[in-house]
Amino acid sequence: MEFLQPTTWTEALEMKAAHPEALPIAGGTDVMVEINFDRQRPAAVIDLTKVAELEEWGTENGMLRVGAGVTYSRIIEELGGRLPGLAMASRTVGSPQIRNRGTVGGNLGSASPAGDAHPPLLSSGALVELASASGSRRVPVREFFVGPKRNAMRNDELIAAFLVEPTRGPEQFSKVGTRNAMVIAVCSFAIALDVERKRVGTGIGSAGPTPLAAIDAEEFMAGVLDESGLWERPADVDPNAVARFGELVAAAARPIDDVRGTAAYRRHALAVLARRTFTWAWDERRRSA
Amino acid sequence: MGMGRTPPVGLMRITCTVNGKQVSADDVWAGESLLYVLRERLGLFGSKNACEQGECGSCSVYLDGKLVCACLVLGGQAEGREIVTVEGIGSDGALHAVQEAFVEAGAVQCGFCTPGLIVAAHDLLNRIPEPSTVQIREALAGNICRCTGYAKIIDAVHLAARGLAQSR
Amino acid sequence: MKPKLPPAALMSGRVGEPVRRPDAALKTRGDFPYSSDLQVDGMLWGATVRSPHPYARIVSIDSTEARSMPGVRAVLTHDDVPGKKVYGLEIPDQPVLAIDVVRYWGEAVALVAADHPEQARRAAHAVRLEYEVLAPLTNPELALTENAPRLHPDGNITRAIKIRRGDQNARADVVVTGEYEVGMQDQAPLGPESGLAIPDGAGGVDLYIATQWLHIDRDQLAGVLGLPHEAVRLTMAGIGGAFGAREDLSMQAHACMLALRTGRPVKMSYSRAESFVGHVHRHPARMRYEHGATRDGKLVYVKARILLDGGAYASSSTAVISNACCFAVGPYECPNAIIDGWVVYTNNPPCGAMRGFGSVQNCYAHEAQMDKLAAALGMDPVELRIHNAMKTGSTLVTGQAVDGPVPVAELLSRIKVMPMPTAVSGDHLDLTQMPGGVSNTTHGEGVRRGVGYAVGFKNVGYSEGFNDYSTARVKLAVADGRPRVEVHTAGAEVGQGLVMVQAQIASTVLGVHDVVVLGADTQVGSSGSSSASRQTYITGGAVKAASEAVRDRVFALAESELSGLGRGGSGESDGWRLESDAIVSADGGVVITLATLLGEEVIEETREYRPRRTSRLDGETGQANAHMQFAFAAHRAVVDVDVELGLVKVVELATAQDVGKAINPQAVEGQLEGGAAQGLGLAVMEEIQVKDGVIRNPSFTDYLLPTTLDMPQLRMDVLELGDPNSPFGLKGVGEPPAISSGPAIVAAIRTATGREIKRVPVRPHDLTL
Repeated sequence: MEFLQPTTWTEALEMKAAHPEALPIAGGTDVMVEINFDRQRPAAVIDLTKVAELEEWGTENGMLRVGAGVTYSRIIEELGGRLPGLAMASRTVGSPQIRNRGTVGGNLGSASPAGDAHPPLLSSGALVELASASGSRRVPVREFFVGPKRNAMRNDELIAAFLVEPTRGPEQFSKVGTRNAMVIAVCSFAIALDVERKRVGTGIGSAGPTPLAAIDAEEFMAGVLDESGLWERPADVDPNAVARFGELVAAAARPIDDVRGTAAYRRHALAVLARRTFTWAWDERRRSA
Repeated sequence: MGMGRTPPVGLMRITCTVNGKQVSADDVWAGESLLYVLRERLGLFGSKNACEQGECGSCSVYLDGKLVCACLVLGGQAEGREIVTVEGIGSDGALHAVQEAFVEAGAVQCGFCTPGLIVAAHDLLNRIPEPSTVQIREALAGNICRCTGYAKIIDAVHLAARGLAQSR
Repeated sequence: MKPKLPPAALMSGRVGEPVRRPDAALKTRGDFPYSSDLQVDGMLWGATVRSPHPYARIVSIDSTEARSMPGVRAVLTHDDVPGKKVYGLEIPDQPVLAIDVVRYWGEAVALVAADHPEQARRAAHAVRLEYEVLAPLTNPELALTENAPRLHPDGNITRAIKIRRGDQNARADVVVTGEYEVGMQDQAPLGPESGLAIPDGAGGVDLYIATQWLHIDRDQLAGVLGLPHEAVRLTMAGIGGAFGAREDLSMQAHACMLALRTGRPVKMSYSRAESFVGHVHRHPARMRYEHGATRDGKLVYVKARILLDGGAYASSSTAVISNACCFAVGPYECPNAIIDGWVVYTNNPPCGAMRGFGSVQNCYAHEAQMDKLAAALGMDPVELRIHNAMKTGSTLVTGQAVDGPVPVAELLSRIKVMPMPTAVSGDHLDLTQMPGGVSNTTHGEGVRRGVGYAVGFKNVGYSEGFNDYSTARVKLAVADGRPRVEVHTAGAEVGQGLVMVQAQIASTVLGVHDVVVLGADTQVGSSGSSSASRQTYITGGAVKAASEAVRDRVFALAESELSGLGRGGSGESDGWRLESDAIVSADGGVVITLATLLGEEVIEETREYRPRRTSRLDGETGQANAHMQFAFAAHRAVVDVDVELGLVKVVELATAQDVGKAINPQAVEGQLEGGAAQGLGLAVMEEIQVKDGVIRNPSFTDYLLPTTLDMPQLRMDVLELGDPNSPFGLKGVGEPPAISSGPAIVAAIRTATGREIKRVPVRPHDLTL
């Protein structure tokens, strides 16, 4: 196993170009488990923790651009107000030790359907910035996940950052696990209300081969809110509509039975999570209006 | 440490600061975790190898001032960094207030989780000098103890907080 | 050449005092050496080649490539086992390394020693194994049938138990039935299986090991290695918990074989994943119960059928099924019983000892049945239990009359009246208090509170005629002008506090302040196992007996010295006692200090202590005085359940337990708290999931242990009722907390959800779909 340790972003991209087989490592919360448990012996690893550029965040044309190496702890502390859904999800990641080390970039790189950052990135329509020695591109997160633990990256690319608009309305994240802390999602759900554009964003975790958006549910609920003029004058939403929203979220999932739960339970739980998180988000909208 | 061994190919030297001293480890295989390097190459066995997947907190150390699991840090990632292990929490052979409180409260049984809990509790009390029970529970949720049922660990953190407050 | 070991512990403190752990400071500093920290210069690392199949014939093993890899010093298979090729605690049925066939997923097939652990792992991967895969027998019900494949020469039934008590045709006014299932729990001690074997150059070996019973390891190792006992010396290394996981051999024989073959010290240390296949687990159980009672709520009969899945090898299965059957009814009077139990071989992971040992599984069933019966009778569940509670003199279904305090009704009454926790207030949302915790699944929606009760009991010590004893050597001498007692036993300190108990007992009997407890090893006689809640009783009893023998010699010495000085005095007539490092007479005056009396004299005595004899269950009726002591505990659980998501928050646990005499009250509390947490784990999250013989979750990512946010506060009421038969009146403490805690939680979940719940651990989908 070869250990590559670039200190600048340019150097990192050059190394990746020269060693396309190299496995990137940042916080190590996924990669190290693979190595410690002897599940993987990559020919090379490329350590990104010395690349200062990856730890920066800033704004760019009204979007937040957050370096792939920003940890969950920093997202909670530094970006909690602007990315509340992602911050809520970050709080559920592992333990303080894991949140101090794990990064959203790493989550995207592993592309696990259970990655906690994915549902809020989906619900808020984030972009993933990929870079290689020959240039960079931005991929909508909704097109980024292409299969179980597979993403749209080419093997000469690294994840530079994700870009997302600061919150445009109430956001929620909710995750089912069979322990009250430090648990991998049995299933999870994120919702983001974009009050200005009158859009409802969703993200489903751990209930399909990839993280998913519940597009029918989004359109349905946006329509309900629109038709009744509720975006402008927030009032009670018909409980039947909320229930239908839950059903549509459940229908969007493609879960399987596995060691963490059954497919049937995941669908059931997603409907509950969707109803509850929508209700909490809508309550917040009503309070703030 | 590590003398007389012929490690596999792809070896390197790691230099970092551990508990205030600059140290080096030679012939490190690239797949070795910081936990392995601390234990087997630097002779610092205080950080424990209970799960080696970041689920138990027994190997908690400070890396550049942040609480992390040493098992999830690749040895090479520690290059040039500053690490404080449980061995660096007390001073001059004297116990730190957190350590004293764990002894006093009966928070130690088999003790395999103890070093990690000491570092995690130390970190908590640095951030929140007088934590509530709920704050203690959330902060220590990444440190599994199989013996105590946690009650005396939580007592110990309260006790340490009181001890530190008095000494300020 | 010796590795760094835990130092001998200097302590002071008497019986009944909350003496601090002598090793706690070292542990908080990270300076306490555990078995996985062992090292000496020139040491090799061992690795194990394990079967990827639950059941297969081994067609060929080719280690040519592995042997030629860099750093590799030895590759061994069953051909290299020098002595007996099989071992086992009760039945020698388990190969040291698989011979021709593998019977479970992860069974050890070959061994490698190399300079670096990664070289050992790579070489282990390079051992070429060809298997003929066989269809695994994984259903214990099928294992009972005639046409199932026979996994062992004597068939698949490791032991069958039949208990017949009273009228076999008894009829009752009210009858309730139920079927219950308990999943496979892991002890999950945090310290992985580890040890260091050092060849002595003369054909023998020293093994530094974290184990529960040094001498049974030594006896098995001597057989496997083909060596006389004295050539196999074991020394206790620092241990990271046990809970039953270290009763069987894991890497002991393997490390010794590699060390003897290479002539080099060899360390083996399992990863967490390997640990899951490296030790036995708690037996999964399937239980069918029928309870009959009179209209006023008196039990008339219990019929139970208990099937335990023992997995591929026997381990301690025959004793576990005995417990499961003996205590099948719970701590209740029941005049008539038909209990049938089996433990069978399958191709599932081997099962054996875990804290509670057979009494955990049946408690889920008998307590669910008592709640069902209470519902059928319209009675309060605690009242029904009290109405049927065993008392002193009550007879078990095995015909044994129970003497000493039997405070079942009292324990229940006490937990019933303890204050209740307050309900979560609605005005301040604290996610950590909610089912689902910080994962933000509910802000109160769907949350229902439930309260449940359970009581359980089990035997203390080894049963059914086992020749149980412990040995202690106690030495009194003067060091630095002060008398000092040195206690040496082979009793394994596993975290429970045996080291303090030994010191406290010696200090109390001998009235000496400074007591040193030496590290445990095989240079002294056996102490038996740190199992079955027995060490404080039996090794404590041995330390007491040896200390008393030393005391007698001190008095005799004093009598002769004093008469030589022309002063009279005798221990008996003058009411001497030992106190504050001196002989003190009945009037409190110092007769002579021990330092003066002893001078250069060293007084040393070794004693064996044996508890009451027991006898084996009758094969046809299961009647016998099979157990020597019984320990009782009761629990109350308050839970909040999110009934829509099936998530559970245990709000509070409360317990009452009779410990006879709390030798060390702080350590007693630690046992009650820790045991309850393990009970909580089995009730709501801990399960080794096995599919077609393969463990699907061999990691702490998916085998979930309770965290600080799962285990609530435990209210405790510790009773000290004094057993007339035991040293200081004490009772074993360690296991009862792990027995009724889980059943109380499940009872509370039933109250909160109104669901029947037939299986533990309770899963979210069991509560919602």
